[in-house]
Amino acid sequence: MKCSEFLHELTDYLDGVIDAPTKSELEEHLAWCHNCYVVCDTTKKTIEIYRDSQLYELPEDLRTRLRSAIVTKCQSRKKSEPGTA
Amino acid sequence: MGAIQPKVGEPVSDELALVASAKAGDVAAFEELVRRYDRNVFRIAQHITQNREDAEDVVQDAFIKAYSNLKQFQGQSKFYTWLVRIAVNEALMKLRRRRPERMVSLDEEVKTEDDSVPREVADWSPNPEQQYTQAELREILDKTIHGLPASFRTVFVLRDVEGLSTEETADALELSIPAVKSRLLRARLQLRERLNKYFQKPSREKDKTNGSQKPISGDGNQ
Repeated sequence: MKCSEFLHELTDYLDGVIDAPTKSELEEHLAWCHNCYVVCDTTKKTIEIYRDSQLYELPEDLRTRLRSAIVTKCQSRKKSEPGTA
Repeated sequence: MGAIQPKVGEPVSDELALVASAKAGDVAAFEELVRRYDRNVFRIAQHITQNREDAEDVVQDAFIKAYSNLKQFQGQSKFYTWLVRIAVNEALMKLRRRRPERMVSLDEEVKTEDDSVPREVADWSPNPEQQYTQAELREILDKTIHGLPASFRTVFVLRDVEGLSTEETADALELSIPAVKSRLLRARLQLRERLNKYFQKPSREKDKTNGSQKPISGDGNQ
């Protein structure tokens, strides 16, 4: 397997949606190709770091304010269109 | 090396009942749906718009639009996927308004160099995120994702941050599955490459572990 072929399968490999024969070919490549091992490992870390980061968390006070604005507008729409949502 | 572990979502077994009550005009049931997904919608909106005020507007506009159009929700997809589709459209509209000089579309063919081949292969320190405080790390991640084209950011946030499946992402963005996969691969590789400068091992350690700055060659030879 060439490195470019490995990269082509990287997303499916990291997502665990790959058939067993392809998976073992990829892992055989990883066993000897240091560069692909590093790319695979650091891509996996990239995903985990973003997933576990608290980037763009909605602060509780803003959350309450937004929810109350949404509910108020939904209630006024309900009044203006009786019997429909 | 195993696959990444998906984020476990909240159970949604009562969701159809909440949607049915909301359709019948029960605002409290709809409020529960808002409570369930407002944080996700805010995160997605801020990833796309890269602007906090716009993201706040998107949260309000998307939920109000969802409430007004609940009758159109047929239950063929999850409520969340349907809501995400509305939120993504609202966020893209904000982005287009803010940057009218740049065409913003999820279908755009983003012209980049051959970004499927990493240019720099540098190993990272173990637990590289721990070298930084939470605030520093958030700044790095924010700055790094900021430079990605909107179509890459959007696919990355839905798949990897929010944990939607490839099919759900394709459904929410009205893209084909191969288009989602190709954007996801390029987004992941570009983010990885941009994070290198913050997370790679100091050069002395790199020498010891045979770390390499060489690009990967197409023939598999090192």
